[in-house]
Amino acid sequence: MNSMDDMLTDTTLRLFDTEFPDEVVRSSRAGQFPQQGWTALEEAGLPLGLLSEAEGGFGLATIDALALVRICGAHASPVPLVETMVTNWLRARVGLPLIPGPATFALLGPSLVTEARGRDRVVRGELHNVPWAEHSASLVVVGRDFVVEVPRQEIRILSSSQPGSLPRNTIGLDITLSGDHLRAFPGSLDLDTVRCAGAVMRTLEMAGALEQIVAMTVAYAGDRIQFGRPIGKQQAVQQQIAVLASQAAAANAAATLAAGAFGDSYHMEAVAVGKSRAGEAASVGAAIAHQVHGAIGFTRDYRLHFFTRALWTWRDEYGSERYWNEFLGQRACAGGADQLWSFITRVGTQLPSEST
Amino acid sequence: MNQLRFPSPPASVAAERLRSEVREFLANSLKDVPARIRAKSWNGFDAEFTRKVAERGWIGMTWPRRYGGHERTALERYTVLEEMLAAGAPVAAHWIADRQTGPLLLKYGTEAQKQAILPRIAAGEAYACIGMSEPGSGSDLAAVRTRAEPVADGFLINGTKLWTTYAHRAQHMILFCRTSGSTQDRQAGTSQLLVDLSTPGIHINPVIDLQGEHHFNEVVFDNVHVGLGALVGEMGNGWQQVISELGYERSGPERFLSSMVLLIELVRALGDNPSPAACIAVGRLSSHVIVLRQMSLGVARMLESGEDPAMQATLVKDLGAVFEQEISEVARSLIDADSDLPALTEFCRVLHYTTMVAPSFSLRGGTREILRGIIARGIGLR
Repeated sequence: MNSMDDMLTDTTLRLFDTEFPDEVVRSSRAGQFPQQGWTALEEAGLPLGLLSEAEGGFGLATIDALALVRICGAHASPVPLVETMVTNWLRARVGLPLIPGPATFALLGPSLVTEARGRDRVVRGELHNVPWAEHSASLVVVGRDFVVEVPRQEIRILSSSQPGSLPRNTIGLDITLSGDHLRAFPGSLDLDTVRCAGAVMRTLEMAGALEQIVAMTVAYAGDRIQFGRPIGKQQAVQQQIAVLASQAAAANAAATLAAGAFGDSYHMEAVAVGKSRAGEAASVGAAIAHQVHGAIGFTRDYRLHFFTRALWTWRDEYGSERYWNEFLGQRACAGGADQLWSFITRVGTQLPSEST
Repeated sequence: MNQLRFPSPPASVAAERLRSEVREFLANSLKDVPARIRAKSWNGFDAEFTRKVAERGWIGMTWPRRYGGHERTALERYTVLEEMLAAGAPVAAHWIADRQTGPLLLKYGTEAQKQAILPRIAAGEAYACIGMSEPGSGSDLAAVRTRAEPVADGFLINGTKLWTTYAHRAQHMILFCRTSGSTQDRQAGTSQLLVDLSTPGIHINPVIDLQGEHHFNEVVFDNVHVGLGALVGEMGNGWQQVISELGYERSGPERFLSSMVLLIELVRALGDNPSPAACIAVGRLSSHVIVLRQMSLGVARMLESGEDPAMQATLVKDLGAVFEQEISEVARSLIDADSDLPALTEFCRVLHYTTMVAPSFSLRGGTREILRGIIARGIGLR
């Protein structure tokens, strides 16, 4: 890490610590948007973290920009920084103008119909589980062969997720979009690569949140006295927390692999590995964190659910373990048994682009 | 929580070129070896194969040339190892010496020891075993009782080692023993000796495993006299030296590839049109092995840059054993283990073998409970 990246990480950590204490995370889960904190992140330029200098960003190495995403996960971010980073990246790639403010993106679903009408396009129907839609200043919808910028006033919020969970909305659209808002995908970008971008983000966020719940669980087990000593001194409890830690470690390695695959032309197998492995780690890890925390961890007042509820949401988004494992299994089996090992080493080996 | 993070694995074009060479070599060497034999993984012993591997320069790859080594990178060595394991090559003859005994002697051995042993290991002629466990000292290694009494011209050794893998084929043992004090002194007073197993007074008795195979042994030392030159490193420093070996012992590809032959045969048995459920299961196992490989390569990188990866190595070994053991269960959930279809005969044999050997995966090299205790300590619980 060079000093520029250190500085960015430090700045981000400091902003999160000062702007997003527990009460802010809590009220955001009740539907209140922390405008002041968002403004601070925006003033620091973080929503443009994935953009090159030419695109209006500050030309961070992708891997360093993605470190911000891990921080968002570790802090149960009460703002859509991750979604806005990806939306801005997408806009820059397809040539849509950047729009300030929190933003989100949604992938075409089965309940959305789109049809071309001359140079325009009609988009009608519903999109489910759109992250942060009600708090976003703008929305980009990604279809099979197009990307559209949907103006805020055209979005109808049909329902919101229940209090306490990450903000997710069902939205209704019934609009005719003119060519100004519509872009075709350039080059290798398509619906699947945008899904991959989302999957990489969730993988990194899960890795960050898992590290956080390891720290919380270790601290709790050290403080909580039963039978005259901290429960963390019980071997049975230690062994459980060791499993949680090993799952967090696996999620970290999975996130590093997935982050290395981020870009215009995705190494989809690496994304599949990262998302499915981190998702499984989230399931195992959240269960252990709750078991160790006992009843207190099951209450609304205690902060464990900031992270575990987020983990349970993130593991399902942009492809669950089932989705990515099936994809990966098909690819693994397609080459036949005698190519399986070669497949495994190929997915895990990211050769430097310059041959030496 | 940096202990839960792994550096990005290195990648190099040279290592990938070497990978192709190794694959070609293995395709030739193993073409007539059935899967049920390859399933033995690093328990498979074949002196002739080891000699051929040595001829290619793939034993002692990272050691200095003056000791018969080849001065290749740790990544190149790793590449050779993982290719051998994934193919189920019979590497047992040189495995322990290459992984552990060689590096230990390079770090702590006398010049005479290095010159006497290392070139022969690299030539695929000398094999080594590890004398750590005892009847009363398994996970609790510091309870070691075997004693090497310092005498005028060396040491007089008495005691019994147990579970000593391939002692009956090896010429050398690195013996972990007590050179002073008693078992009450625990780690203090322990040392390591390089012992020639043909020395009079050493009795090697087979311990047969549950499926009738002979790799374990009991090694009895009955007034065995060795010279002063047998001492490896410093007298009384045995514990520190043993601990430093564990980074190598716990993080390599052998800690998650023991059942790889079964996974490959499973994919063969599933045929051309695997069901969605089968794809999900194979995909899941693939994602696990790919991530374990990232972690293990990350540890290799840490070892090479002189960092202490004790925690990361322990994490790899614990997750790796869970994965290796799970493959049998996933395989039998997808395909009937008692099928009498001729096309599935080999799969069923591999499944049967791997199921029988799987309990050892979470015992050897540190039990699951010990490893998780180390992880708990690493994150501040103990």
